[in-house]
Amino acid sequence: MTTPTYTRADFQTDQEVRWCPGCGDYTILAAVQGYMAQMGVPKEKIVFISGIGCSSRFPYYMNTYGMHSIHGRAPAIASGLAASRPDLDVWVITGDGDALSIGGNHLIHALRRNLNIKILLFNNQIYGLTKGQYSPTSEVGKSTKSTPYGSIDYPFNPVSLAIGAEAGFVARTIDMDRPHTQAMLEAAHQHQGAALVEIYQNCNVFNDKAFLQLTGKEERSHNRIDLRAGEPIVFGPNGDHAVVWREGKATVVDTASVPTSDIMVHDPSRLDPSTAFALSRLSHGPYGPTPVGIFRDVSRPTYEDAMSHQLVEAQEKRGPGDLDKLISSLGTWTVD
Amino acid sequence: MSGDAPGVPDGDTATIDRSSTELDKVVIRFAGDSGDGMQLAGARFTDASAAFGNDLATLPSFPAEIRAPAGTLPGVSSFQVQIADFDILTAGDQPDCLVAMNPAALKANLKDLRPSGTLIVNRDAFDERNLAKAGYEVNPLDDGSLTGFKVIEVPMDSLTKEAVKDTGVTGRDVLRSKNFFAIGLLAWLFNRPQEPTVEWVEQKFARKADVAAANIAAFKAGYTFGFATEATKTTYTVKPAKLESGRYTNITGNTALAWGLVAAAQCAKLPLFYGTYPITPASDVLHELSKHKNFGVRTFQAEDEIAGIGTAIGAAFGGALAVTGSSGPGIALKSEAISLALMTELPLIVINVQRGGPSTGLPTKPEQSDLLFSLFGRHGESPVPVVAISSPSDAFANAIEAARIALKYMTPVILLSDNLIANGSEPWRLPDVDQLPDISVTRITEPNGPDGAFLPYMRDVHTFARPWAVPGTPGLEHRIGGIEKDAITGNVSYDPANHQLMTDTRAWKVKNIANDIPPVEIYGDDDADILVLGWGSTKGAIRAAINRLRASGKKVASAHLTHLSPFPANLGEVLDRFDKVLIPELNTGQLRMLIRADYLVPAEGLNKVAGVPFTIGEIADKIMEMMES
Ligand code: SF4
Repeated sequence: MTTPTYTRADFQTDQEVRWCPGCGDYTILAAVQGYMAQMGVPKEKIVFISGIGCSSRFPYYMNTYGMHSIHGRAPAIASGLAASRPDLDVWVITGDGDALSIGGNHLIHALRRNLNIKILLFNNQIYGLTKGQYSPTSEVGKSTKSTPYGSIDYPFNPVSLAIGAEAGFVARTIDMDRPHTQAMLEAAHQHQGAALVEIYQNCNVFNDKAFLQLTGKEERSHNRIDLRAGEPIVFGPNGDHAVVWREGKATVVDTASVPTSDIMVHDPSRLDPSTAFALSRLSHGPYGPTPVGIFRDVSRPTYEDAMSHQLVEAQEKRGPGDLDKLISSLGTWTVD
Repeated sequence: MSGDAPGVPDGDTATIDRSSTELDKVVIRFAGDSGDGMQLAGARFTDASAAFGNDLATLPSFPAEIRAPAGTLPGVSSFQVQIADFDILTAGDQPDCLVAMNPAALKANLKDLRPSGTLIVNRDAFDERNLAKAGYEVNPLDDGSLTGFKVIEVPMDSLTKEAVKDTGVTGRDVLRSKNFFAIGLLAWLFNRPQEPTVEWVEQKFARKADVAAANIAAFKAGYTFGFATEATKTTYTVKPAKLESGRYTNITGNTALAWGLVAAAQCAKLPLFYGTYPITPASDVLHELSKHKNFGVRTFQAEDEIAGIGTAIGAAFGGALAVTGSSGPGIALKSEAISLALMTELPLIVINVQRGGPSTGLPTKPEQSDLLFSLFGRHGESPVPVVAISSPSDAFANAIEAARIALKYMTPVILLSDNLIANGSEPWRLPDVDQLPDISVTRITEPNGPDGAFLPYMRDVHTFARPWAVPGTPGLEHRIGGIEKDAITGNVSYDPANHQLMTDTRAWKVKNIANDIPPVEIYGDDDADILVLGWGSTKGAIRAAINRLRASGKKVASAHLTHLSPFPANLGEVLDRFDKVLIPELNTGQLRMLIRADYLVPAEGLNKVAGVPFTIGEIADKIMEMMES
């Protein structure tokens, strides 16, 4: 089957996009639509499933199959769809409240089961749709409508969480950086199995400039750590900072202070997740030097492949299902 | 013997020459510690009786704890079976024969034994420790308290030990075989064929030759013990039942339900997907379905109840015959997702194997207390069809019926079972699989709107079902979701008139199903004054009560509902034909409330929430009381 050639417009719907003007969701939508046009998958094979929240309106704006479901449950619904229809390309759109609070259980289990679904987690560190309460990724002390005295909840680090949940693919990107976002989408799509992409997304209404350290022109040159496979991890205006392994953890040092051979060379394909996890601990929120890029990209058999395999094997061994045989299988007797 | 008080006769009426006495029916209860293998013993005895051609019905009862402390009252597990030479409808009100493997089993069950019934006890278990655990200060075997029964004391532990000593089993495995000793003895007492049990053991323990040998040795020792010691003055025979001709199997409700789902998928020409989370008493449906992968069945044990239904909704969107199953507490967790399926109008079967509630309630006991919850246990105006299974074998046909409604009307359907149906068993006349209904539906493959547009809520004019367009179909890309949708385009709509229209449409869609389900039928006397109306697992007890009263010359009728939402179209007219309506339910009056509200009929209730089914006598007495008032 030849895949039709698409443009971004083929993935747009006639629905008026209803995010606040200036919301980071717009740039992510454009990046996703643009990537889909080159992804090489017929659009009738693509399905977007979302939960509830600002970002979860996303499927309405994608001219593919889609379901805007209920709060937190998108990974479960996507799991059922992917398990029963391995031929489809299933994407989940979720937010920090949706994925990490009400839907935390579904997220971790979808990742560990390794269904071939791509989860895009729009992290704006706030509840937008319900008008501004703190979220499970908001920083301690954050003053919001529900925390006038400051939040006392310790936040999740979504990348650490995903790695801990046995995810095979974990990446982080930023709404404002379309090429980087699209590169992460492509890598996630290429990965066979569950993939989580955390996208730092600016909510300009309730949590503006939350990611300034990574998006401001000056700030980002100091703080953005680009993880690139096979390259030493250095960052800063002139590469003057580096990441080394020290005292059992990944640590930022002055590049000049260490021999080049000490600098960690990024390898997302390492089977053992310890290094990926260590890199995720370089920051606990976008407040200083923070890695973006692919933390981990390690394949293992997908759930749906294993499931299909069992079905095929059972049919080979026992033949296709015979209903009469089934209902007679416990022993029968005949009454004349 | 016939009528209401047969059973194992006492010594006076038995023949002395040990020839066999013929009975038309007998109720036997096996009771022991939950580690004593009473469920297995009961099931083996039942299968041997089924193979012999008796009609039968079973009622297992076990503690919620997997291993409650050994020897204590809470740890007692029992299995009751009624076998008969005619068409029986329940597992019987009162055992004629009780097997008590220890003092606790005796204490917990003796009150149910028919006066002058047969009591078989494992004498070896009546030691000081066990007596104390059961709360006996004196040994009931010695204090004369059992004189009203025909007691057969058997040193089962020592005889079992002796029987298995050359089979190679050691340690704790030795006494594990004593349940087979017990059924061996019963096989002698009730003239059961030995082959089915021996064959079953050989197959089941094919890889454990020593265990197989021990079980068979114990079984034969039990049989020989009865024979050699002339344990009773007579043995008993229950002849094969004159059932409708055909091929039969003995089946539990959960197995029939699982097979019904497999059949429904074949009848619908769709793959079956079962998304669920383990819960008593629904888990056996998952266990059974997970065996049948060669039918293309995909089972998904999810992380929780919500994910169980979530995965099923995903599979329904993808074009499968999607099913989720649970029991009351799990269904409560699924409530929001059922509303999503209803709003997105996807076909879905939601099985609720009811148990005693609320909360954890009585997880291993039957109750019918989720009827109103099935109809109304969701937020918003959220009508769904509700179908109720009324006996173990009935689960097969109603799994297909639930699938038919779900697919034809694009709606979630709640399918109600309960603990009694799930674990109870009865003979089932096997259907001709080629005659099962075709419930396949056409999924849309071409745009249905102007200019090649696809309108996902453009409905069928007869059923009001929306078209089912599954991902992978080119040109029908569309989005559905929980937000209210425009009546035609399916786009998000906050329009007031549209919400009114959609709410009315969803209600009408379900109501309209009344014209597509069988009318409710009257059983018994058309011209009776009293109609007994039931639903679900009370069917057997109600019918048996009707049969009993009619046999004694009374005029009485019953009707049994399979469809609880909507009700059959003729229900109002049927209710009108009777002066009085009695509704027995294992709840506090849920169907009664609906009937009163919908039909303004002053129905009376007979209600019980004691974790046990109705006896025939309870229902018959209530009918008599209403007749006389
Ligand atoms: S509230 Fe925030 S996240 Fe939501 S649409 Fe507006 S800007 Fe975007």
